[in-house]
Amino acid sequence: MKRARVAYAGAVHHAVADEAAQMLRLADGREVPFDAVVWLPPVSPRTVFALALNYADHAQELAFKAPDKPLVFLKGANSFVGHGGQSVCPDGVEQMHFECELAVVIGRGGRRIACAHAYDHVAGYTVVNDYALREYLEDYYRPNLKVKNRDLCTPMGPWLVDAEDVGVPDSLGICTTVNGEVVQQGNTRDMIFDVPALIEYLSGFMTLSPGDMILTGTPKGVRYLRPGDEVVTSIDKVGSLVNTIIRPPAAAGDARRPEAAGAGAR
Amino acid sequence: MTDINASHDHARGPEPVVPFALAGMFRGASMSGEVYGVALNNTVDVRNGMIANDRAKAAPNAPVMFIKPRNTYLAHGSQVLLSPELDAVEPCAALGVVFGRDTARVAPSHALEHVLGYTLAIDISEPGAGYFRPPIREKCRDGFLPIGPGILPRHALEDPDAALLRLEVDGETVASVRGKDQIRPIAELIAEVSAYMTFSAGDMLLAVLTSPGPLARPGSRVAAVVDGIGRLECVIGREAEALS
Repeated sequence: MKRARVAYAGAVHHAVADEAAQMLRLADGREVPFDAVVWLPPVSPRTVFALALNYADHAQELAFKAPDKPLVFLKGANSFVGHGGQSVCPDGVEQMHFECELAVVIGRGGRRIACAHAYDHVAGYTVVNDYALREYLEDYYRPNLKVKNRDLCTPMGPWLVDAEDVGVPDSLGICTTVNGEVVQQGNTRDMIFDVPALIEYLSGFMTLSPGDMILTGTPKGVRYLRPGDEVVTSIDKVGSLVNTIIRPPAAAGDARRPEAAGAGAR
Repeated sequence: MTDINASHDHARGPEPVVPFALAGMFRGASMSGEVYGVALNNTVDVRNGMIANDRAKAAPNAPVMFIKPRNTYLAHGSQVLLSPELDAVEPCAALGVVFGRDTARVAPSHALEHVLGYTLAIDISEPGAGYFRPPIREKCRDGFLPIGPGILPRHALEDPDAALLRLEVDGETVASVRGKDQIRPIAELIAEVSAYMTFSAGDMLLAVLTSPGPLARPGSRVAAVVDGIGRLECVIGREAEALS
């Protein structure tokens, strides 16, 4: 089942998607077409882990050695936006790029979960586009929050697909297009640390809880984006997530903005 | 174990702390918001951080931010239980800013208007976490962020950058700091970070942190203290002891 969260007719609804019919059934029984709703992130995230350099070809592309243990960072709730949303490319940024990632949603928490039981703890999967803005990278807690935790710069959705509908997610095709052109192709089989390994690693030192998410990293393919670009990140059996890059709103460039006022020049 | 609403010997001056209803927010995981923190916000820590991080060619430019996830939240007076593979931890005392309103792209001169109040925290890490990569395993173990004992309303602390924050280990002050001595005092830090990410009402920013103290080992009592304002305590313990 594909479970979405949408805004429709003045309220927020849980809904089930019928992709073939392009229709949503809201929790109260109403049926509405896909294009009549505003898509929200399908999960209200709790702790969100993300993986850097979890595909060997992407690590090589960025001139890093593949890590010998998972390279994890965290993201805050401010960073997420639903399917069909917009993400801002700030003025002067030339190196904003997409990262199409399989996102695992934990359904049953636990501590010290062994690989062999890891899938018992998964509720389902969604697609995340974990945008990065390379100009802001620094060699402290890299990738730092200014690169990876920007407001609305992590599209998620369109829906959460139940784990049993996906099966073992170890051979799912990954594809990203920009304005219709294919710019990234990969497969989850090329993850360095697969989903069970990540669950075992994280739960080895901390408790996982329902609603926690793991963004499992992105394969090779870097293309810098411009305002106006439409980015579609797709994963087999999970879904296709659409996002549009926009300019910052004019009001964000005025003197009240600390970055514009030079407070960032230290 | 100390009750969360116990009176404090150190309480002087502005009647502190803990409107009862708010104190409950900080009982472990019932707090709903995100907790962000800033590292390397004083010149000594930056120098030590650069020495410890041979990948960095320069001092950090933007604030060095980290996230403490919900599994780390721990109530005042609790035990921080170390896994068998850990012998000691590195505590920092922190002054936490709790946001009362969503805060985005705010100017320094208006930043504190968004603050609901202040609380204390003890940011616990494994020793030797390093600064090149986010120290997730090292900072995010269960219970690695005691918070409390309550929230001091904003108006009760007129100049939060003037408050002397102390880290105590076994009754001895081992580190101290004031916000005004940091590279970015509180309002400037809020302003600079809120330029790219929104703090939501209920989120917390560990805005003033002491340098790491000496290692704390099982049996150590650790406290974050602002005299006259509040005192947060925890005890370092062992997972196995808690089970017996």
